[in-house]
Amino acid sequence: MADSSELSSNKSGRDRFALPIAASLPSLQARSAGEEVLARAQAGDHQAFAHLYSLHKRRIYSLCLRMVGNVAEAEDLTQEAFLQLHRKIATFRGDSSFVTWLHRLAINVVLMHLRKKGLSLVSLDEIMDPTAEEGPRRSFGAPDLILSGSIDRMALERAVADLPAGYRLIFILHDIEGYEHNEIATMLQCSIGNSKSQLHKARLRLREALSVSLKQEVRA
Amino acid sequence: MTAETNLLNCQEFQDQLPELIGAGNNLSHHPHLRSCALCRALLDDLEAIAAAARQLLPIEDPPEELWEHIEMAIKEEEHSAAAVE
Repeated sequence: MADSSELSSNKSGRDRFALPIAASLPSLQARSAGEEVLARAQAGDHQAFAHLYSLHKRRIYSLCLRMVGNVAEAEDLTQEAFLQLHRKIATFRGDSSFVTWLHRLAINVVLMHLRKKGLSLVSLDEIMDPTAEEGPRRSFGAPDLILSGSIDRMALERAVADLPAGYRLIFILHDIEGYEHNEIATMLQCSIGNSKSQLHKARLRLREALSVSLKQEVRA
Repeated sequence: MTAETNLLNCQEFQDQLPELIGAGNNLSHHPHLRSCALCRALLDDLEAIAAAARQLLPIEDPPEELWEHIEMAIKEEEHSAAAVE
C-alpha cells in the first residue's frame, strides 16, 4: 500500500488497488506537502530533491530489486533512475501522477539495462517463453492445495524472485505494479497475447512453488 | 456461452484461460467451471495469487550510502555541464 507521505498514483491500472476514499482523505495534507517538495525540486532545490529521494527510494529500489533479483544491480539501477529523475524532473508536467511517472522512468531504466545485457527484442520473447519442459505444467491432476486465503507474503516474495526473468518481469509489471497488458506489450515490445500468455504461465509457476511451500509447512 | 464452451475438456479450457482471464471476464459462471472442480480450484488459486501480489509492499530500503553516490554523481554532472558552458 502506498506510503501516505507519497504522492498518490492515479493511473487507471492502479484504480482497483486504490485506498477507499475515506481512508485516503487523511493523506490530503501529505499530498499537498509532497506537491510542494516536487515543485521545489523541479526548480532546482537540492534539498527538495533529497527529500524526494527519501520519499521514493524504498519503492524504486524494491521495484528494481524485484525486477533484476540482484542487490548490486538494483543499487546501480536505483542510482541511475534517480540520476535520470534529476535530469528530467523539470519536464514533468503532471499529465500523470508523479509516482506513475517516476515508476515508468525506473522501469525504463531497468528494461534498458536488461536489453544492454543481451535481452534484445527477440531474445526477450525467448526468455519470456521457456521451453515446454521448463514451463509450468497444466493442472489435470488432483488439486494440490487450495491457496485462497493461505498465501504467505514472504513465500510469495521468494517464489516471485525464483521465477525465470521473463515471467518475473510480466508478473511484476501486471500483478504488482498494476500495468495493463497493452502497456506491458508496448514496454516490452511484445504482443498483447504474449503478455497475457506469459502472465498466465508465471501465475501457474507461482502456484506450483507456493503449493510446495505450503506442503513443506504442513509437514513441519 | 456457446454449446462448444459447454463441451470443453480441461485441456481446452486451460488453453483458453490466459485469454479469458486477460479479457477481464467474470468466469465464475463459465459452463466448464460448473462441472469441473479441478479447473475451479485452479482459477481460485490463480485469483488468490493475483490478489496477494497486489498486497505486496516495497521490500526494503536501499543502503544508506546510495544517496551519497547519487549526490556525488549529480554534482559531477553539474560540474561537467558548467564546464561546457
